[in-house]
Amino acid sequence: MKKITKSGAFALLATLSAPGWAQLSDADREAWMQAQQRKAAQAMRAAPGPVSSGAAATAPEPAADQDKTRWMPDLGKLTATGGVIQVEGAGGGGLTPWALITGYGTRDSYGANAHYTYLSTQDYTLKSYGVAVGILDRLELSLAKQEFYGSLAPLADLKITQDIVGIKLKLAGDAVYDQDRWLPQIAVGAMFKHNNGIGGLGTVTSVKQLGAASDAGIDYYLSATKLLLEQSLLLNGTLRLTKANQMGLLGFGGDLNDRYQAMGEISAAYMINRKLALGVEYRMKPRNLAADHEKDYYDAFLAWFPSKNLSMTLAYVALGDITVYNPKRQRGVYLSLQAGF
Amino acid sequence: MNKFRMQQAALGLALACVLGLAQAQTPATPDDSLFRALGGLPVIERVVQDFMDNMLADARIRHTFDNSNVKRVREKLVEQFCQLSGGGCIYTGDPMREVHQGLKLSNADFNALVEDLQLAMDKNGIPSRTQNRLLALLAPMQRETVSR
Repeated sequence: MKKITKSGAFALLATLSAPGWAQLSDADREAWMQAQQRKAAQAMRAAPGPVSSGAAATAPEPAADQDKTRWMPDLGKLTATGGVIQVEGAGGGGLTPWALITGYGTRDSYGANAHYTYLSTQDYTLKSYGVAVGILDRLELSLAKQEFYGSLAPLADLKITQDIVGIKLKLAGDAVYDQDRWLPQIAVGAMFKHNNGIGGLGTVTSVKQLGAASDAGIDYYLSATKLLLEQSLLLNGTLRLTKANQMGLLGFGGDLNDRYQAMGEISAAYMINRKLALGVEYRMKPRNLAADHEKDYYDAFLAWFPSKNLSMTLAYVALGDITVYNPKRQRGVYLSLQAGF
Repeated sequence: MNKFRMQQAALGLALACVLGLAQAQTPATPDDSLFRALGGLPVIERVVQDFMDNMLADARIRHTFDNSNVKRVREKLVEQFCQLSGGGCIYTGDPMREVHQGLKLSNADFNALVEDLQLAMDKNGIPSRTQNRLLALLAPMQRETVSR
């Protein structure tokens, strides 16, 4: 009761000092007073302790609703603000993981999705598929499989596959709400990669025979994502510590270098509207193998979000030459489909 | 020649003083480009009308208005959008934190409201770029309104 008297006094004070008060009509003042009374009544109802039976009759209803829906995914994020799934299975753009947590669950819920990505250049095809979950808009877990195929002799029968388990934790910031702060959304992540070996290349069955130091490796990354709503722009910067050759498809470490190196990755996207984003990405790559003059990747993409359950990403990608045995710079089309909640 | 220059300098100085004074008299000359891009007060009023209609029809959040004076909320929203966009209105409502504190709103509720506003702006032909400029000013209110 004391609290209400205090807030009443505050309201009076606010009333006296409010510049707009004098301009309000009598009806408006009446409405304002009524709203204040309702607010006080509401505050009393919300307050713990004994509650009058009249108020209690209406209060439990929404609470019961909440109980029922507590474990349901809330699809509460705004369209596109979960990003898409990148080529290694993590939430991000096409080539680069972002600090956004995948899916449409808010911090009170969760989201999940499945994706299928098809990337085709002149002489190679990369397929990637997997699932990912976003928990409490804080933690992201992902599973992905990559399958890499050759289509030109002598690599016409080439098939390399690798499995990737990803984990990402949001550390700070909120890409959407923090429009008045410079702080971006920041996340750290790791990708545990295991190369399953090489098929279709005769006696060469392991990436180690191509010069790689290992057929398994872990990438660590730090991502910062900033949505600049005023400019309808999304910017992301990722710093990745990696030993992976061609993302791990050619193994980890090599005859030229077997230490972790920091690689920068940047993305910029313009939101044409809520359902369409047009962007570019650049991803630096290490050069660990004598047999692979590995090049940086880049792409230009158009992502379409017809609903929160579906997205499609179409991109033009440039991967550089993949091995010294075929010096042609590989470019092509990237198409990714994603379904989830 | 020299005298002419002096005169020019004096004139320039006087002009600067007058401009400076003018600026001092109207301290925060707000940039009203967003207000104009939105279409001014008539469009803001229509947007808020549709926005409110959308929210009251939205099963996710309509219950949050059970104890509200809808007419007053609408008026305060018009004032708020007008002021935020540089239209020279004054928001005479209560502080956002105070208005929303009892409602126990979640991020999902906040975002549902944003979606209802986006639909209202779509309906009134406001381009996406302009919508996002307004949303950029509203988004930080998440911290004052979401308490769950």
